[in-house]
Amino acid sequence: MKRSRYAYFLGCLTPNRYPGIEAVTKDVLNAFDIDVLEMGGASCCPAPGVFGSFDLFTWLTIAARNLTIAEGVGANIVVTCNGCFGTLQEANEMLKENKELRAQVNEVLAKIGREFKGTIEVRHVVDVLRNEVGLERISDMTIQPLTGVRVGVHYGCHFLKPSEVRNQGNPETSMILEELISAVDALPLDYKDKLMCCGAGGGVRAAKLDVALDFTKEKVDNMLAAGADCVCTPCAFCHFQFDAGQQEINSKIKNGHYNLPVVYVTQLIGLGLGISPVRMGLYDNKTQVQTLLDKIRAA
Amino acid sequence: MVEEQKIVRKTDPKFIEEIIEYGSKYFTKEEMERLRACINCGTCTAGCPSGRRTAWRIKKIFRRAQLGLKEDALKDEGLWDCTTCYTCAERCPRKVPTTDAVRVIRNLAFRSGVANPRHLAVCGYLFRFGHAVPINDETRVVRKKIGLDELPATVHKYPEGLKEVNKIVEETGFKKVVDEAQKEAQKKDEKK
Repeated sequence: MKRSRYAYFLGCLTPNRYPGIEAVTKDVLNAFDIDVLEMGGASCCPAPGVFGSFDLFTWLTIAARNLTIAEGVGANIVVTCNGCFGTLQEANEMLKENKELRAQVNEVLAKIGREFKGTIEVRHVVDVLRNEVGLERISDMTIQPLTGVRVGVHYGCHFLKPSEVRNQGNPETSMILEELISAVDALPLDYKDKLMCCGAGGGVRAAKLDVALDFTKEKVDNMLAAGADCVCTPCAFCHFQFDAGQQEINSKIKNGHYNLPVVYVTQLIGLGLGISPVRMGLYDNKTQVQTLLDKIRAA
Repeated sequence: MVEEQKIVRKTDPKFIEEIIEYGSKYFTKEEMERLRACINCGTCTAGCPSGRRTAWRIKKIFRRAQLGLKEDALKDEGLWDCTTCYTCAERCPRKVPTTDAVRVIRNLAFRSGVANPRHLAVCGYLFRFGHAVPINDETRVVRKKIGLDELPATVHKYPEGLKEVNKIVEETGFKKVVDEAQKEAQKKDEKK
């Protein structure tokens, strides 16, 4: 089989807070004969709900610069954060479709010797694993089935929405994450308000932490009520919100003891493929993962 | 009489045109024009996860746009309670680009000098490091431990990239807007 290749856009939270996601994503993609290329000098995507809320033109131009790096590498982009996906996919489509806007952005990019050409696509790692690698291959490569592990899947928002841009199917009935984790024999749970936001996006975490944590607490409570062993996200920002957020909730409420393990989707698949939890940085989460790892060992 | 005065608000009938014009540069004009089609049915508010726990009522913003209540719209703190989850955008029966309209109205608010100091700090990180969340000592250690380079292959490893980001924010005028907002915020702090 011909090896495919992707330019890995790291963003901020993956390399700068959860490098285990970076390591395991490379390992998992490599395991399926996909080469992962560097995007040297890439910056913040920049965050869609934050910088997109302040100044759309600057947001778009910085995103365009990042896209030109992948164009230079000559490969489609893969991302591990819904924020990066939100920004880069939307910016890429906008600039491909709107010639006038592209000319304005390229005028600025010319000053740093760059030009947006519109030669690549932006894909989410979940999409690559589900639709390019396929469930069967993941299942075949699984040496440590996560049988009986009850997972609260959290989609995050910008992987599915706005659906017209994202093109990942109906955002209210998607089963893509459930299918993916079922390939390593984990059990996706139905729980209340499964598709609700984690609370972090749109600059809410930065400016109004209490509001953001109120979302997060509700989601974790709903997962716990369904008997979850862990929360699984496809977004480094949601991952951060659930991981750091549970500790922040504990510090704000009386007798807070939230400690539900948080795993990124490639970490969960990586566990199924037998990749070491140390390599994937699981022990470096703020919340514990031991209860989850014990359950897997018992599986 | 005093009570009556309270409900008389300053209006700017051109407000909706301003939103549509600004937004049409990025989204399509047809989409932005849908703002006029909002019937305030409240489907957006009903599904809004932020509205469940804050005073933010997203449907109000569309009413304000239609009525020209610009100041009310731009100064509403609640505008920044939206997590941009797009639930409302998916469900709107009139196909109003709700979340994108929130982003556009926030752009107008930001330009008018409404900026949360914490948001300005995030902008500062972007200018200084090229990342909204830059690396810290703890993560450098973890990166080495798990077999990665101490610095990721981003602007952190290639500082010329950071210069490019700064050139962009200077060229677009964003740097200037943020610097001025930061000065204003400092002045307010000193007054306190």
